[in-house]
Amino acid sequence: MTETRRDFMKLTGVFGVLAATGLLSAEEAWAQQQAWNKAAFTTKSVDDTVKALGGASAAESADIAITAPDIAENGAVVPVGITSKIPNTQAVYIIVDKNPNALAAGFTLPAGTEPAVTTRIKMGQTANITALVKANDKFFFANKEVKVTLGGCGG
Amino acid sequence: MPDPMRIRATAQGDSVDVRVLMSHEMEGGQRRDSSGNLVPAHFIQNVTVTHAGKVVLSAQWGAAVSKNPYLQFKFQGGKKGDELVVTWLDNKGETRTDKATIN
Repeated sequence: MTETRRDFMKLTGVFGVLAATGLLSAEEAWAQQQAWNKAAFTTKSVDDTVKALGGASAAESADIAITAPDIAENGAVVPVGITSKIPNTQAVYIIVDKNPNALAAGFTLPAGTEPAVTTRIKMGQTANITALVKANDKFFFANKEVKVTLGGCGG
Repeated sequence: MPDPMRIRATAQGDSVDVRVLMSHEMEGGQRRDSSGNLVPAHFIQNVTVTHAGKVVLSAQWGAAVSKNPYLQFKFQGGKKGDELVVTWLDNKGETRTDKATIN
């Protein structure tokens, strides 16, 4: 009993909150919390991002759809939707090759969640949006160029 | 205490459509203020959405997600009246949890 309480006290933040409310076991919460992948969020290219995510390479796939404007008026708010038709999609990542750091966001989608997400990202300049999909522990990608009128990274 | 999120979860047949609008600066760390000093990075790094004790989405974000982040996705197995819990954690250790009922 003492050990469980000590484990709980060590947890902070989101997964600590979830563990404390009994929604996730302490072990699951801790495992997920440790994961902010700093290496993946400081890469400068798609290839480096794939490696930082534990992959060797990524194969281009026609089964990944990227919904984004051809021209983004405001680079600070670019809506991006990614849909994967690849079976057993585990995760979806949004990469912008010309941003200061290439990886913008990653979404882990458990079984039962549709392999499609939409969010809004910043783009510093006209660039490719690369949608990276992890399925069956392999990586796949698709690209779409988005022209940006006013850069959104604030530099 | 950060501002609350706005969450809308709608049952559509077999699926639940979830839309979340979070309130957060998502400061990239590249901007300079009027005195020329770099404004430090302050952005959400982790997001989790749970339903009935099960994680239905978890996300890791960098500073390139837009200010006041928007997120939309769908999952199966939820029904009207169920509760959804959304939590985020940022790089300064600030966190926010909000709940919504699926309608």
